[in-house]
Amino acid sequence: MAPAVLLRAAVCVTGRFPALAGVDLTVAQGEVVVLEGPNGAGKTSLLRACAGLLPVSGGEAVVLGCDLRRDRSAVRRRVGMLGHAAALYDDLTVVENVRFAARAARCAPQDAEAALERLELSGRVRRTAVGRLSAGQRRRVALAVLVARRPELWLLDEPHAGLDRATRAILGDLVAEAVTSGATVLMASHEPEESLPLADRAVSLVGGRVIAERAVRTVPTAALTAVGRAGAGGAHVA
Amino acid sequence: MWRDTVLVAGKDLRIELRSRVVLNQVVPVAVIMLVLFAFALGPDDAPLVQAAPGLFWVAVLFASVLAVQRSVVVESSDGARDGLRLSGLDPAGVFLGKVAAVAVQLVALEVVLSAGVVVLYGAHVRSLGALVVSCLAGTAGLAAAGTLYGALAAGMRARETLLPFLFLPVAAPVLLAGTRAWQVAMGTAAASPGDPWLRLLVVFAVVYLALGVVVFGPLQEAS
Repeated sequence: MAPAVLLRAAVCVTGRFPALAGVDLTVAQGEVVVLEGPNGAGKTSLLRACAGLLPVSGGEAVVLGCDLRRDRSAVRRRVGMLGHAAALYDDLTVVENVRFAARAARCAPQDAEAALERLELSGRVRRTAVGRLSAGQRRRVALAVLVARRPELWLLDEPHAGLDRATRAILGDLVAEAVTSGATVLMASHEPEESLPLADRAVSLVGGRVIAERAVRTVPTAALTAVGRAGAGGAHVA
Repeated sequence: MWRDTVLVAGKDLRIELRSRVVLNQVVPVAVIMLVLFAFALGPDDAPLVQAAPGLFWVAVLFASVLAVQRSVVVESSDGARDGLRLSGLDPAGVFLGKVAAVAVQLVALEVVLSAGVVVLYGAHVRSLGALVVSCLAGTAGLAAAGTLYGALAAGMRARETLLPFLFLPVAAPVLLAGTRAWQVAMGTAAASPGDPWLRLLVVFAVVYLALGVVVFGPLQEAS
């Protein structure tokens, strides 16, 4: 099976400086990988490059079978990204934002409804303009947008930031469900206590390069979720 | 592409219905311009009637800058541009959708301004059909060119001031042809055989619509 993400000496330059200075990374389909590293290490740039938002100027970069150096736009419909900004329209309501994203991604209206229900965005909140929501609620709507699009590759940039405990639990379940349905998850995080329990592998970046990686789980998430989350108690941090 | 056009146009118009920026800010600014022109040209009707077509199109031109800026701002806030790029929508469909939304807002504005020209300036309409056709063609051209230059300016730091600088000179043919077409429609100038000014408006609109369909995607990538 071809990897979901294959980067070989990938270089991305933003402005004068390389954001990625020769990254080597392979992520198998159905794998959950956490990117670690200090601020400015290149975690967000790596996620944006995989989303086709940042041009890869050197090396090899293939995401979901699409060569990013030839055509970045081809991969975009198939990935979902939760970035620092919520990427929502403030004047539209919660339900309008999620429906717009689902329709743009050629997903069924039921997908939008299911995503809203899954993120517990019901009742009055559904009809509230996004601009009136708190930062945490906006983050939850952004997550609903991602879920409604049913992406094959989830790119999560500091996904736990601004989320309350209940939503963090939902996020954990969503990641597991995504992997069960065949999706791959790549997430950047500064919160190892939240992100590592979800991960199969952790990759450390410094200065736009991968400097280390380690297995976090002895049994891959895909295998665990296949037999039910109840069996996930054997996971451990290496 | 057409499905994406409808989706984006619907989204932009819904945002305008909620925020009412064009209704509450752009329309009053354009009406104030008409009133100020009337003060500047004096109390006599004759110079106002003569100048009415040009003043109408100047007001529309400046209002279109504000409408396009609003259309750009909607996609610039809170990373919405990234969201749009990741949405999988056809860039040509996004362009046409944004053009359609701006055009609908401008047409609504032109209805108000036309009434203002008749009431404030005492202008008479001889050919309503020619007036409407020239408005529609000119509006399509302004919306297409404005959206295109809005996308060009979107990635730049001083986009608010850069957009009028880029857009207004390019829109000069619409101002010229729209004014001439309106003069004919109002009977203040003789009609030329073959309606050359109306043709110029249509050609301008077609050229910028075609150009936008082709280059909007690369412009989005570059911004």
